[in-house]
Amino acid sequence: MGLDYEKLGLRVGFEIHQELNTHKLFCNCPSKLRDEEAPLKVKRRLRPTQSEMGEVDRAALAEALKDKGFAYQLYPESICLVELDEEPPHPINEEALDIALEVALLLNAKPVDEVHTMRKIVIDGSNTCGFQRTALVALDGRIDTDGKSFGMPTICLEEDAARKMGEGTEYVNYRLDRLGIPLVEIATGPDFSDPETPAKAALYIGQILRATGKVKRGIGTIRQDINVSIAGGARQEIKGVQELSLISEVITREVRRQIALLEIRDELRRRRAERAEKKIINVTDVFSGTKSGVIRRMRGDGGEVLAVRLPKFAGLLGKELQPGRRLGTEFAAHARIYGKVGGIFHTDELPGYGISEEETARLKRTAGAADEDSVVFVAGDKERARAALKAVVGRANQALQGVPEETRRALTDGNTEFMRPLPGAERMYPETDIPPIPITPARLRKIKLPELPEKQRARLMERYKLSRELAERLVLSDKLEIFEKLIARTKADPTLIATTLEETLVSLRREGVKVENIQKNALAELFTRVAKGKLAKEAVPEVLRLVAQRIGVQEAVDKLGLTTFTRPDLKKLVTEVVASNRALVNERGMEAMGPLMGILMEKVRGRADGKLVHELLQRELRKVKK
Amino acid sequence: MHYRKLIAMAGYKGRAQQLLKAASVNVGDRIKVEDAGRTYEGVLMPRTELGDSNHLVLKLKSGYNLGARIGTGTKISLLEKGKPPKLEVPKLEIKPDPSKPNVTIIGTGGTIASRVDYRTGAVFPAFTPEEIYSAVPELAEIANIKVVEACNVFSEHMTPELWAKIGGVIAKEINEGASGVVVAHGTDTMAYTATALSFTLKGLHRPVVLVGSQRSSDRPSSDAALNLISAVTVAGKSDIAEVCVVMHGSTEDDFCLIHRGTRVRKCHTSRRDTFMSINDIPIGMVKGRELKYFREGYKRTKPKSKVTVDGKFESKVALLKVTPGMSSSVINGILKAGDKGIVLEGTGLGHVPESLFAGIKRAVAKRVPVVMTSQCLWGRVDMKVYSTGRDLLKLGVIPGEDMLPEVAWLKLMWALAQTKDPKEVSKLMKSNLAGEITPRTRPDVFLKPAFAPTP
Ligand SMILES: [Zn+2]
Repeated sequence: MGLDYEKLGLRVGFEIHQELNTHKLFCNCPSKLRDEEAPLKVKRRLRPTQSEMGEVDRAALAEALKDKGFAYQLYPESICLVELDEEPPHPINEEALDIALEVALLLNAKPVDEVHTMRKIVIDGSNTCGFQRTALVALDGRIDTDGKSFGMPTICLEEDAARKMGEGTEYVNYRLDRLGIPLVEIATGPDFSDPETPAKAALYIGQILRATGKVKRGIGTIRQDINVSIAGGARQEIKGVQELSLISEVITREVRRQIALLEIRDELRRRRAERAEKKIINVTDVFSGTKSGVIRRMRGDGGEVLAVRLPKFAGLLGKELQPGRRLGTEFAAHARIYGKVGGIFHTDELPGYGISEEETARLKRTAGAADEDSVVFVAGDKERARAALKAVVGRANQALQGVPEETRRALTDGNTEFMRPLPGAERMYPETDIPPIPITPARLRKIKLPELPEKQRARLMERYKLSRELAERLVLSDKLEIFEKLIARTKADPTLIATTLEETLVSLRREGVKVENIQKNALAELFTRVAKGKLAKEAVPEVLRLVAQRIGVQEAVDKLGLTTFTRPDLKKLVTEVVASNRALVNERGMEAMGPLMGILMEKVRGRADGKLVHELLQRELRKVKK
Repeated sequence: MHYRKLIAMAGYKGRAQQLLKAASVNVGDRIKVEDAGRTYEGVLMPRTELGDSNHLVLKLKSGYNLGARIGTGTKISLLEKGKPPKLEVPKLEIKPDPSKPNVTIIGTGGTIASRVDYRTGAVFPAFTPEEIYSAVPELAEIANIKVVEACNVFSEHMTPELWAKIGGVIAKEINEGASGVVVAHGTDTMAYTATALSFTLKGLHRPVVLVGSQRSSDRPSSDAALNLISAVTVAGKSDIAEVCVVMHGSTEDDFCLIHRGTRVRKCHTSRRDTFMSINDIPIGMVKGRELKYFREGYKRTKPKSKVTVDGKFESKVALLKVTPGMSSSVINGILKAGDKGIVLEGTGLGHVPESLFAGIKRAVAKRVPVVMTSQCLWGRVDMKVYSTGRDLLKLGVIPGEDMLPEVAWLKLMWALAQTKDPKEVSKLMKSNLAGEITPRTRPDVFLKPAFAPTP
């Protein structure tokens, strides 16, 4: 569906978090992720600190209400007391700071005169101290790409958080291996007003980051958070978009969600809905003899069924916000987070789940619900159910206002899920354990800047005679490094290598071929054959198709019967073809080249280079003419 | 650090200070700093002691701080006067509950609870019961809290005079009806103060609990709240009529140990579970506000009695760690300085190199008692096993049993304030007065694994 983003007042900005390839930011531990089971575990709790108003920060309070402890997995060989918050941070990793400064200079940002490390309150347990250390390194970056210019107001150096490894009822599990890995955070302004350009800009920034050669590569080493809002809606911080290809989808779906929430608000206003009360009603009796297996199962032993009435919400909980996600799904996310319950039920989906019509009617009656109202209910532990329903009421009342400001998690399909309310702005204070670091002109002069993408493109065109388009594509993709390695190793035609990497593999992938199975060594072997004239370049796609099925290059070539004609064999074939088409040759002389080439190429089918065939045929025809 | 102090000592010196004065700018004001085509706008922040004198610290709208270098052409202009930070805490209606114990928290200079002003980065320590309740609301469920300040110094600046002063405040509070007393103290010298109080408080019949934190209370991961909750529990609800230290028992936030004041030592520079009982097991633990006792041998509370303070200490006592080849000139120097007693931290069972014999002999001859402890920390000195030990005994060295060196040092300071007679001093040093000496060495008291230490 076509949305008029300008009319909607779409505003998008994003943050890129890139891990740096150096040891941890505030200790000497290696920036190394571990897969094996952790030998030690430490359990902790965090308490929200109070702000100057004597009030607890909104987001901090939300986390505290969840009242879970944190279980930290640690590896004594590569994690120290700093990650465990049992030793003050060591002085900042100077190499990481230099990389951050290098990135800042590449993005045309102005490094600050003196770097101050701050504590940013994060109380979900992903930082053992309850805050993330972060430092502003440079301001006002700006780059031009694709004829568009966009700003990056801040570039920060910060520590990565611990990896969440799952969640039990009592504890959230974290692995401390990732905690403390240096990250560069690049934040753009809310300068984008369509869903496509942010993805391109992110790709370009990623390219610049990789140009330094000092950043980590691979899944999870670069992450995007996207800020999205529309006019009348509210800012959402969408966390953890790991794939660039998902950025525009996430934005489009978020816009749809906000439009739907605004429609719901308007409908509620039309119905003159009032705020729902946090009046929890015990409806266990309604379900005392229920045939609903899921209610019985969730209630368990000694559990109860509690309900709340949401005035004038009838029919709205089933309204779709994003593909497959309804308003009820949003409410359920709040219930899960604040009440630790498995899920919620609501009258919009009844009768269903084996709940009878009679039970539905009794439920509505007990809850005092009119036809225009909805009833949300939860089965299970009483305290949890109560907390879950209170959270549902809170979220329902937000629906009266429209779109609440939230931090949301990006799901793999481009949908998003509630994580916590958007934190207030003022939750940073100085990290007194780290002295400020002056950034002197001398320090900046020592930083050597790598080749930028535009320069890389020019070099590729000049040195390898690549077309502008192909050079551009290589620079923007992450294949430049492998391209240059393959040239050095195989001496094959650069255009062939570039085309294979940027076009052939892409179209094979589109056909469903598992190109991720094609290793660099196989490519090298293949191009070496082509370079030595043992394989026609026309055969490359067919061979790769088999290599992707984990078949060796030699075997693939044999299987396809692609062993190239030797020059004598080819000569023989040319002579034969000319002989058997004598009439044509006699009639048209050199004019017969065209049709005969067609016949020959059909016969060699990728087993000979077209140029060679052409040359031999020409020679044969001249001979015959004489 | 208190905000008012922060403004006064904003930390700016030299040219920075001149420029700020000329522009009539104070910490907390929103200002513009221009230099060589560059402009920063933000709230002027205090300069940390760690920083140099040619940068101004600004807090930007984003919440980040940065330092703006002051050059020859730097221009500062005031954009907006700062509002003073709000110091009020939410009005808490807390009525004394007669069914709950009354616990007095005595401040000595450390912070046990605090609030952060994210606008300025200032950390406000909690002083009043309201402030402490609002930071650690659980306390209201345990006891009626009263807060008194005895002194205001960093733990490393504690002195014998201050021990006496703190002792006086404790005695007053208990004599006026407090069920127990909590002393908030920096961790560095907490064990010393606990030991000093153990010797000075006479007729103690209520719990006296020292508590502190290894992670400052302005961070969400602070150990302060659990320590304070546990300390107030011990002070209000336990039957321990002794001076003890209540701090994290493990690196996890699950329980606190109750250490006897004369047995406890800070053993790690930074860990939460830094405090350990040496040569003895802790008295018990607090887990989830429940008390659990590990042993029978401790003094029990009594409903009524009178606490007095015998707070005199001979401050001129030396504690000397013995090293191989150490020369007697060290002891000569100590004697020359006029010290009235010497505690040696000997090697192994309580030995010193022969090169120290002359010095020791001179000390004893000058009626300066010499007490032997061991730098092993764990175990008991025994000077009868080897000839060196027997020689030292003959020289008149007093064996310090299984006392910690610093405990022996404090006890000797206290004993010398009681009597100058070396024989009397020797007698006092050898008798167990406050749990500092145990007649039998338990088999279950040597170190503990650093992880999973649930007792
Ligand atoms: Zn480390």
